[in-house]
Amino acid sequence: MSVEILGLSRRFGEAQALRDVSLSIAARAFVALLGPSGSGKTTLLRILAGLDFADSGTVRIEGRDMAEVPARERGIGFVFQNYALFRHMTVFENVAFGLRVRPRRARPPEAEIGRRVRRLLEMVQIPELERRYPDQISGGQRQRVALARALAIEPPLLLLDEPFGALDAEVRKGLRRWLRELHAQLGITIVFVTHDQDEAMELADKVAVMQAGEVSQFDPPDVLLERPANAFVAGFLGHAARLPARFQGGTLRFEDPGLGTLPGAALAVAPRREGAALAFVRPHEWEVRCAGEGPGEGPGEGGRNAVIRASRPAGGRRHLEVDLAGLTIEIEVEGGAGYEPGRPCVIRPRTARAYS
Amino acid sequence: MRGGGASGLRRRVLPGFGLSLGLTLAWLSTIVLIPLLALVLRPLELGPAGIWASLAEPRVWAALRLSFLAALAAAALNLPIGLLAAWVLVRYRFPGRRLLDGMVDLPFALPTAVAGLALTALYAPNGWLGAPLAALGVKVAYTPLGVMLAMAFVGLPFVVRTVEPVLRDLPREAEEAAATLGAGRGQTFRRVILPALAPALLAGFTMAAARAIGEYGSVIFIAGNMPMVSEIAPLLIVVRLEQFDYAGAAAVGLAMLFLSFLLLLVLNLASRFWRPA
Repeated sequence: MSVEILGLSRRFGEAQALRDVSLSIAARAFVALLGPSGSGKTTLLRILAGLDFADSGTVRIEGRDMAEVPARERGIGFVFQNYALFRHMTVFENVAFGLRVRPRRARPPEAEIGRRVRRLLEMVQIPELERRYPDQISGGQRQRVALARALAIEPPLLLLDEPFGALDAEVRKGLRRWLRELHAQLGITIVFVTHDQDEAMELADKVAVMQAGEVSQFDPPDVLLERPANAFVAGFLGHAARLPARFQGGTLRFEDPGLGTLPGAALAVAPRREGAALAFVRPHEWEVRCAGEGPGEGPGEGGRNAVIRASRPAGGRRHLEVDLAGLTIEIEVEGGAGYEPGRPCVIRPRTARAYS
Repeated sequence: MRGGGASGLRRRVLPGFGLSLGLTLAWLSTIVLIPLLALVLRPLELGPAGIWASLAEPRVWAALRLSFLAALAAAALNLPIGLLAAWVLVRYRFPGRRLLDGMVDLPFALPTAVAGLALTALYAPNGWLGAPLAALGVKVAYTPLGVMLAMAFVGLPFVVRTVEPVLRDLPREAEEAAATLGAGRGQTFRRVILPALAPALLAGFTMAAARAIGEYGSVIFIAGNMPMVSEIAPLLIVVRLEQFDYAGAAAVGLAMLFLSFLLLLVLNLASRFWRPA
């Protein structure tokens, strides 16, 4: 089911939750709304579901204007951040709810409801919990119940608000993979809200990065990482270090003299104008030479500008926290030895994304 | 009362179990159990046959039946009205909300005799509301209907105040979830909101009924107190006391105690069955 959002604005008193937001979501897409808290992503999701209303702008789903369509007639699945399960109903009854409230003519017979609920519980892998109450199951299980309940009405569009926010890392990982498989299997459109960029990048085909009520960029993860549209996106994604610099005569000169300069050809994204710029360098984009034995060079080379503060292995690579004149910078290097904490080093960016 | 009462049991994180339970029991005994014991012992001087004879009068049966049936009817009437009032107070913001909020508690604070006189003046055949109702052929004052009305008046705050906090804590998401699943307003209310409120409603019903059974001041004025018609059991007790029939009065009290206990027991059991989880 395709979703067309045009010029959507929403204000809560003084706060502008959404500012002229436009997005075009293709049918069967898997889209993440990514942004810090207060960026308006949940408001956008709620407006899509019909649980909130825009001050201006339109939402078209499958070409149909949704302005006058109440939530209960939209047939959109919605999974709440805190799951919002019906506490006085068993897991079975929670999942069956969407079928039982149908008008008599469209309501499946009891046996059919039972079959469908069990099939859904089978699909979310908790068939044994059907008689339990929400208070008697774990957070990850509640998440699965909430999903099964939303899917019971066979929605062509599924919306999820911070679906894995309250779960521990291991459960979250499993559920992510499972949700991706579900998307492939059901062929439905999924839009989910998250503040976790790794989650957004791992799951979604396309990510809308939101900030202060606006969509900064709406692109596939590769494009987002390779060519961030502005300084906000560049700083928000990829765990980049944020370094003040100047762009002059085609060369980027870092404010920290120890970092030197980068020619314009080396920049992944160059500033539009000359003058003051903000450069972003990701952990794997650094050149590191440390004093003493190992991969570095001798102390003879001038300009040791940084000290290793922490060093931990990260799957064949090594993750460093480096102190650069009071600034903490995350760096990823190959290999293991020669990076003990306390060791002075020379660090230089190989490339950068810079914005004026 | 043993000082370290809890030390013989398991070690507890919360201290003071022995002391607090001891104080509670001592206080409850002084203020509730001993008077109740007197109530049980006093009519015993009549002997079982005497008690039975004292209670077997049709006038006693009529009074007991009126007290309990009117109290249950009043509490039942308070359920929808109290729920509506709580709903309005919790869900909407409007000018005068705080005033309305305060008015709900008035039946608590008002001397019951004042309430009774006001209700009687209003519903008497020549009163503001009594006159038009009389024209329609409905008599309120000096009938069982008037008794029930006075009981509903004193019981309303119990339903409102027990439902209100539960309604306030009811997550809006549950209703929104019901809407996204296709439920209409009526279905959402019936299937999602009402079951969540049911325990609170039952508790409010229980308290309102209990209060109404024991209510005296506000009822006797509007009741008219005609034996066999609009005489409530508490009034019958006073009547017997005035005739120096102390044991007979205590016998009616005992019957009320027994019936009240039975009623509360049933309602408490019902509230326990409500949530199997």
